[in-house]
Amino acid sequence: MENKIDVRNQIRNNIGKRKNNVDKIMPRFFLIMASVSVITTIGIVVTLITDAYHFFKEVSIFDFFSTKLSPLSANPSFGILPLINGTILSSLIAMLVAIPIGLTSAMYLSEFSSKRTRNFIKPILEVLAGIPTIVYGFFAYSFVTPLLMKLIPSLEAKNVLSPGIVMGIMIIPMVASLSEDAMKSVPNALREGAYGLGSTKLEVTTKVVLPAAISGIMASFVLAISRAIGETMIVAIASGSSKNFTFDITHSMQTMTGYIVEFTSGDAGSGTTGYYSLYAVGLLLFIFTFIMNIIAQYISKKFREEY
Amino acid sequence: MTNYENKIVYDVKGLNLWYGNDQALKDINIKINKNEVTAIIGPSGCGKSTFIKTLNRMIENIPGVRTTGEIMYHGINIFDKTMRVEELRTRVGMVFQKPNPFPKSIYENVLYGPKIHGVKDKQMLQEILETSLKSAALWDEVKDRLHDNAYGLSGGQQQRLCIARALAVQPDVILMDEPTSALDPIATAKIEELIDSLKSDYSISIVTHSMQQAGRISDKTAFFLMGELVEFGNTEMIFSNPRDKRTEDYITGRFG
Repeated sequence: MENKIDVRNQIRNNIGKRKNNVDKIMPRFFLIMASVSVITTIGIVVTLITDAYHFFKEVSIFDFFSTKLSPLSANPSFGILPLINGTILSSLIAMLVAIPIGLTSAMYLSEFSSKRTRNFIKPILEVLAGIPTIVYGFFAYSFVTPLLMKLIPSLEAKNVLSPGIVMGIMIIPMVASLSEDAMKSVPNALREGAYGLGSTKLEVTTKVVLPAAISGIMASFVLAISRAIGETMIVAIASGSSKNFTFDITHSMQTMTGYIVEFTSGDAGSGTTGYYSLYAVGLLLFIFTFIMNIIAQYISKKFREEY
Repeated sequence: MTNYENKIVYDVKGLNLWYGNDQALKDINIKINKNEVTAIIGPSGCGKSTFIKTLNRMIENIPGVRTTGEIMYHGINIFDKTMRVEELRTRVGMVFQKPNPFPKSIYENVLYGPKIHGVKDKQMLQEILETSLKSAALWDEVKDRLHDNAYGLSGGQQQRLCIARALAVQPDVILMDEPTSALDPIATAKIEELIDSLKSDYSISIVTHSMQQAGRISDKTAFFLMGELVEFGNTEMIFSNPRDKRTEDYITGRFG
């Protein structure tokens, strides 16, 4: 048979023309680009550790993990427990809001909603995720707090409850969309198997789909927690800067992030203990979220149900 | 009330089914008997899977499906408002093309059905577990690892587990949609043996692509073509002396 177009020869010629060095250089370029984030991470960790080291030369670890925090007094003390307390309480409130609402939304979107409702709700959730946190902070301070004051008259103008709730609203899209992805990826064969045994839709969702997707769902919770722990603007605006150690969520409290914001905006002179305390707090915050991410990875491995 | 002693389990009368505007089943009339294996054969897209999924109304999970006609199950039309689809599906078990155990333990898989339907008594559950696994010829292989994940089983074992899972709610019909298509010949032989032994207690409808399989295991054979039931009768008759030319062509391998 005679070929009218000689593709073979043309390919042979083009292969000869190809520049071999491009094939060698480009992967190296990609490697350098990929290293940028790794190097940055290492840089940040090194900075945090060295400057935190300066801090711990002057303040013992026992004083650091104490409840007395008054960095600007004549005889300053740097007990971090009020900050940890504020961080954990605000994150806890956020999770109490985000987990039930996020998970039930995910269940609805993945298993119950019609395509039309889903196409309506999903973009709105994504808009929620795109709102800048400063807007959320303002929303917490100027709208949610006054609203809550009507319910709880003793609520302080700056308190942990309001930013906690608003942070929860902020991370709903994260929980909902990651959990929904996890549930959506459960194969239909499992649903069919359950229907075939006379399950109702609710039973299929709660007894088969949810357990099968649990690793992804748990991972979404943990990622959401670490997002709440690291959240800054909302708490800085709405929860104030009280450094008292208290469990009363109607009071003002400062979080670790809030502390860093307050002191980087001018009060701490470079080289002072107060200045170095920022790095100690920053390091601790880093360890917190780092542990959270490790837990998330562990969970998604441990609970992975292969289907 | 329903009389489960009837010889006729299913009496399908004038069944039509549409996916949107495409008619997938055309005026199907068929009677399915107790304690018999009914093989449903036909080329891909002939409606045989659609038909079997209509028998327990699983087909309704597909959006845009519309049916007319009647499917009398022990004298009750399964499309009746009074028929609860969940109850129907506990009476009519289903085994799917690919083994689909839940990502849970063997124990949880078998007892899923009884548990969601409110069986709580521990001893009763234990008995159900044992009888179901024994009936599915799986007990000896798994009795020492009941709490292991079902995904550790081989494909053939998983399929038998799915059969045990269906048996655990004590159905009287088992629908099988090409249950051996994902299995090797040895696992297939085991399932076929199992089907034969289950016949005395259940009526079984099985969709199969394999003519040999239909010949080996079934009492009756239904041949579907383009949504129509072309021929239905004793398997021996269908294979040795088909009345319809199209059946003969399909069985002798002239098409399909």
